[in-house]
This record gives sequence, structure tokens and C-alpha cells, in this order.
Amino acid sequence: MNNLTGSGALWRLILRRDRVKLAIWISTIAGLVYAQAASIIGLYKDPAELVAAARLVEDNAAFIAMAGPPVALDTIGGRTAFEISAFAMILSALMSLLLVTRNVRGDEEAGRVELLRSTVVGRHAPITAALTVALAANAILGVMVALALVGSGLEAAGSAALGAGIGGVGLFFGGVAALTSQVTVSSRLASGIAGGVLGASFVLRGIGDIGNGVLSWFSPIGWGQALRPFAGERWWPAALLLAATAALAAGAFVVSSHRDLGAGIIQPSPGPDRAAGWLTRPIGLAARLHRGAFAGWAAGLFLGGLAYGSVSGDVEDFIGDNETMADLVAQGGGSVVDSFLATALLVLALISAGFAVQAALRLRGEERAGRAEPLLATAVSRPRWAGSHLGVVAAGSVLVLAAAGLGTGISYAFVAGGAGDIPRLVGGAVAYTPAVLVLAALAMALYGVRPGAATAVWGALAVCFVAGFFGRLLSLPMWVQDLSPFQHVPRLPAATFSFGPVLAVAVVAAALSAVGVFALRRRDLQS
Amino acid sequence: MPCPLDAPLAAQQPSDRPVPGGDPDTVPRVSSAISVRGLVKTFGATRALDALDLEVAAGEVHGFLGPNGSGKSTTIRVLLGLLRADAGEAVVLGQDPWRDAVALHRRLAYVPGDVDLWPNLSGGEIIDLLGRLRGGLDERRRTDLLERFQLDPTKKARTYSKGNRQKVALVAALASDVELYLMDEPTSGLDPLMEAEFQRCISETAVAGGTVLLSSHILAEVEALCHRVSIIRAGRRVESGTLQELRHLTRTSIVAETTRPADGFTGLAGVHDLAVDGRTVRFDVDSAQLGEALRRLGECGIESLTSNPPTLEELFLRQYGEP
Repeated sequence: MNNLTGSGALWRLILRRDRVKLAIWISTIAGLVYAQAASIIGLYKDPAELVAAARLVEDNAAFIAMAGPPVALDTIGGRTAFEISAFAMILSALMSLLLVTRNVRGDEEAGRVELLRSTVVGRHAPITAALTVALAANAILGVMVALALVGSGLEAAGSAALGAGIGGVGLFFGGVAALTSQVTVSSRLASGIAGGVLGASFVLRGIGDIGNGVLSWFSPIGWGQALRPFAGERWWPAALLLAATAALAAGAFVVSSHRDLGAGIIQPSPGPDRAAGWLTRPIGLAARLHRGAFAGWAAGLFLGGLAYGSVSGDVEDFIGDNETMADLVAQGGGSVVDSFLATALLVLALISAGFAVQAALRLRGEERAGRAEPLLATAVSRPRWAGSHLGVVAAGSVLVLAAAGLGTGISYAFVAGGAGDIPRLVGGAVAYTPAVLVLAALAMALYGVRPGAATAVWGALAVCFVAGFFGRLLSLPMWVQDLSPFQHVPRLPAATFSFGPVLAVAVVAAALSAVGVFALRRRDLQS
Repeated sequence: MPCPLDAPLAAQQPSDRPVPGGDPDTVPRVSSAISVRGLVKTFGATRALDALDLEVAAGEVHGFLGPNGSGKSTTIRVLLGLLRADAGEAVVLGQDPWRDAVALHRRLAYVPGDVDLWPNLSGGEIIDLLGRLRGGLDERRRTDLLERFQLDPTKKARTYSKGNRQKVALVAALASDVELYLMDEPTSGLDPLMEAEFQRCISETAVAGGTVLLSSHILAEVEALCHRVSIIRAGRRVESGTLQELRHLTRTSIVAETTRPADGFTGLAGVHDLAVDGRTVRFDVDSAQLGEALRRLGECGIESLTSNPPTLEELFLRQYGEP
């Protein structure tokens, strides 16, 4: 037990440092669930409408792939759980994994753990403290979700099950991050790997939910949804999540017992003694700095594309002879399959925007760490420095989108179409480039004008997600939906491409970037 | 208490080095490398620089001293154009550091005191990167400096210790062929051998005609290297001059043994911390009263006399300590 000494003190330290962040995360997620329930209640006053709407969704593979198993859709609670559970679980997972990597590996990387561990603090105390904070945060989140739903007039058991699912999945990814924080030597890589596990979980359960459901059991998000809120709750999957988290924590303890402070299992190897010519230009350095993150995102989106493409062949079977559904799809133009593929490309494009935002925020990270300072003390101007990063973000975004389209195209060509579908789908994905870049440019604008507010761009991305998937379901006002640049890009391959709106979105991206660079030139460098 | 000055270290310096604190006339004063007048920089309610003046002549090694938080780093960041002055004027190598930042940076090299490097780049890559972005590296000097500082350039920056990170920044700066070096506590984390190596490098730079603004807390380093010194406090310059000039502002320590007990010192103007122990007398005396004090000692019959010129540290402590 000596290894755990000091966990309590560290627990309070983490809470002191992260209380505002955690409060924002928890209230945002619980607020989203509440808003979802309220909108469903407002939307379907007549049970018959709810049943009709359930018909539409039940057989829609795209919705199922995005949301979860279609159970109890003819009830307000079931419908709410269907629409919000996956999204809320992704958010609680992100909250937890970032919390854990920041406080475990991030602090160790910064040398703060060394200072702490020189006091009466055990080897495992940082992990234990971070995980118990994650446990508390997810427990509070679960309770708040349940209370919000009960407050909306939904059944207590279902409300509790949805809260437990969201909190349980969050906690699980805290455990994943505890393990990745032990294995890697950088918090960036630790959260990257944990994020990859999260992405894989989402895709696995999507495929599982469309198919026979087996794959969903390989996904912690699938376990969270297997609590079946409002559809005859079962509770043992919650125990499964807790047990898996405990196993992950035990794994983290084992690695922690066998490694040196500051070390991991994946160790850095020696590098070259001279810099390659390309590296010594700002654009080369930027490319090098974004390389790792780019490779991770591109690989993840390629795999995501493969997954969506592989189920696209079955979509027509799911729709079957459902005329209502066929009509709905026809409104969007194109075939049922094309409509599904268009939705898949939109999801992948929105995820790609995560890469663009993260990469653009790297500017702020470089400045805050003091690494921008020596560079800007050389003959590199601020516009050139920022421009080199933005250039790499733009090129990287095109390639990440192309990887997503390529994955979709390859597996679709394999299961249903022909090789000619590959360029069609790559093009459809790449068409989202200007929309993705609007978010990167917004990050640049915020960073230039008020660097402290730059991370608010993640909120903008969340708005784009909501507008893209829930805009119609939540019946958001049109102007709110139009705020998302993704709404203005033609949904290829279902729609036909038109140059005008895409160009307009590109102009917005360029203007926002210009504002950011201009503001950066005029302000003090922070250190 | 900080360690006393390591005077022997200064004495070990190679003889081709300009004499620190030497006659100001021997220092080439072609023109002003840095000229700062009435510089003001505020961060919110904090006035980091409060009408600061600073003058660094071309070709001199200028010590820049001040307590923590006195505005040394802020000054250097303004001189680099990283911060924008709220008022006042700063001219570096004849250029405006804010407006002409890029052109100016081709002519200067900067070493920060706390270096954060890209963790997955090797030291060699970072040296090349910073050097070439500045406009080019002297290959021969790069090789030479790596050897002198005993730095392994193939290690990833992540694995470097604080001292080794500092060496990366030093090699990148010193291997550049520039006119001005801005150094903000450049030797923090270096061991004494490396510290001595650093002093040799700066001496060579000075001989070659480079200008150095050296912010430092290592007073032996400043005493050994700097022609002139500016001391700032709370964002204002409180002293500036050669070490000799500054010494006039302070006291000399005297320890003497006399044939008969020394009296007549009590209450003498300019004498401080007097201690008479039998025939041994110790006191500190203001430079202006040194002649008078020695005359009175002579009257008591001097058997032995040790006189220590004020160290920079004493100078420094007096400047810092005063409210």
C-alpha cells in the first residue's frame, strides 16, 4: 500500500487544478442530454408521430451506424437515448482520457511528478489520484444526466441506465488513458492512442449495430448502450465497464512498478546528428511537427472509411421496400446507397476537422511552451511562421480527407461498386476541405486575437457536429444550422457538386486566417 | 547567501581576452549596438519596465544585472521584437526591433535562459534549424563548439538534461555569424567546466568584434567577461558603468594588524562594520574615504594589511538590498 501513499493529497491537487474544466465538461454533457430530451418531447407530442418517426430510423443503417442499436424508438426515452447516447459517451470518454493523460503523463513530462514523487508520495499515487478524480467526475456526470432526464419526466430506471452508461464509458477511457500514460513517454501520444481506441470503439459498435451485433460487444461504447435505457434496462454491462476499468488500472500499476520515472515502454531512439535540408525551413519544421498527428488521423480516418464503405452494400436491404424511407432519400437526390455514403463522408469530414483544429492549435502550444520564441528570434517573421503551420494544416487536411474517401471507396468498391467509385468518393470527401479549413482558420483567428480563447474552437466543432446530425432532428433554426460550414458543402455523392458555395466557404477560411495572422503580428508574444 | 565570488576563476582567463572593467577608452566605441530610452512595458497592472534606459556600445560585452522579476527578460524580449513597447524608444543595430524584426534577426542570435526544445527532434537537427533560419551556420565552428561543449547531437531533445538543452541553444547561437548576441542567463544549468568554456567562447566573440548583452546572475561570469555593466531594478536602470566606475560607488574591505591597538576609527565618516580585536582591525570603508582611513592606519603602525576591492557581489547586494 506504500505505493498509494499521497493519493489523497494528489486527488485534491488535481481537483484544484481541473475543477473549472471538469465543471464545464460535466455541465455541457448533461446539458446536451437534457436539451435532447426536451427537443424530443417538444417534437413528438402525439405518440403516433413518434411511431412513424421510429419506422424511418429503425431501418436506416446510417443513423444506426452513427447512433446506436434501434431499441424502444417509439418511446420518448428510447428515442432520446438513441440519439444522444453515443455522442455523450464520446464526450465523457474525451473528458476522462484528457483528464488522466494531462495529470499523469503530462505532469511527468513537465517534471512536476518528479518533484511530487520526491515527497512522501507513492509510485502509483498519480495514477490512483487521476483515476479516482475520473471516477468522481463520471459519477457526478451520471447522476446529473439521470436527474436531468427524470426532471424532464422520463422513467427513473431508464434515466439511471443512460447516466450509468455515459459515466461508465467515460470511466473506462480514463482507465485506457492510465495505461497509455504508462506505456508512452509523451502525453500527446498517450492521449492519441487512447483517442484511437475511442475511435475504433465507435466504429466497431457502428458496424456491430448494423450487422448482427457481435462486434458491438468488442466496444466499450457498445457495452454502455447495452444497458438498454428505457428498453428493459439490464445492469450487468455497467459491472463489465467497471471490471474492465479495474483491469486497465491494474495493468497501469504493473507497468508503473517496472519502469523508471520519465520512461515508458516505447522509448525514443537516437536521431540524426544533422538536419535534413527541408527541415531547416519553417514549412519543413511545421511538416515534421505535424507528421505524427497527421499519420494517426489519416490512418484512423482511412479505417473509418473502410468500415463505412463495407456496410454500404447492405444499406438497400435495410431500406427494403420502405416507401417512406425511399421518398426521404429521393429528396436528397441520388440512390439510397449514395445517400448513405454521403452521410458517411460528412461524418468522416467532421472527424477530419478534429485533425485540422488540433493541428492549428499547435501554434498556441508552441508559443506557450516557449518554442516559438527562439524561432521568432531568427529571421522568420510571424506571418511566415504561422503561415507555414497553416499551410501544413491545409495540405494535411486534404490528405486526411482523401484517406477517409479512399478507405470508403476501396471497401465500397470491394463489396458493391467498381473501381470507378473510388475517385468519386475521394472527390466527395476532399470537397469538404474548405469547410474543414474554416475551423482551422477560426482557431488561427482566435489564437491571433486572444490566444487564451483559442481552444473555444472545439466548441465550434461541436456545433458543426450537432448541426450536421441533429439539426433536423432537434429542429434547430435554419440560421443556426447554417453557421456550420459543412452545411454549405454539397453532400457528395448524393448531391451534385456546385462550385459557388464551396468557393464561398473557402473565402471565409482565407478571411479568418488573415484576421488571425494580422492580429498575431500586432500582439505581444506570450511566454 | 550566495557563494562568494570565485575570483581565481576570473584570473584563469586567457590573456588575449580584453581586460574586464578595463579602461573604457580601450573598448571600441564605434557606435551604439543597443540604445534604449525611456522604455515602458506594462502587463495589466504590472509595470514591468518603467522608463528604462540602456546603452550598449558596439563591440562590448555588457553585463545586464538585476534581481528576479526586475525586467531583464522583458527588456530582451522587447529588443527581439517579441513584445511591443508601450512607450519609449529602442534601437538595436540601428533598426527598430518591432518593425524590422526579421531583418534585424539576421544580424543577432538569442539564447533564452529556459530552453524548451521540440522533444522529438535531435539536438543536431535543432542547431541546424535555428542556425539556418537565422541565415546560416559556420560549419567549422559548429563542429568545434559541439566538441568543446561535449554535446551529443544525435540525442533526442526529450532526453536532454537542462544543461544539455542549454548547450543546444548556445551552440546554435555561437555558431552563427552575427553582430549581436542577446543572452538571457545563458549558463543556467551548465557545470563549472562548461561555464568556463562558455566564458572562453564569449571572450573569443568579443575579440572578434561581436557585441554581447549578457543577462546573468553568475557574478563571477559578469566580472570576468563584461566591459560594462547595467544594473536594473523594478524596471529602471539604477547603475551603469564600467566595473571600476561602479566600484567607486561602494566600499573596500580592510583587514590590518597594527603595532598598537587601532583607535580613532570609531565614528569616522565612511567607515562601516568596524571590529577591533586586540591589534587586529577590520572595517569596510567607502571609496571616497579610503585615503583618510589608510592615513590613520599608518599612524597606528601597520604590520600587515589586506585590502579587498569590493566584489561585484557586494555591489550587487547593496543595490538589490536597498529598498
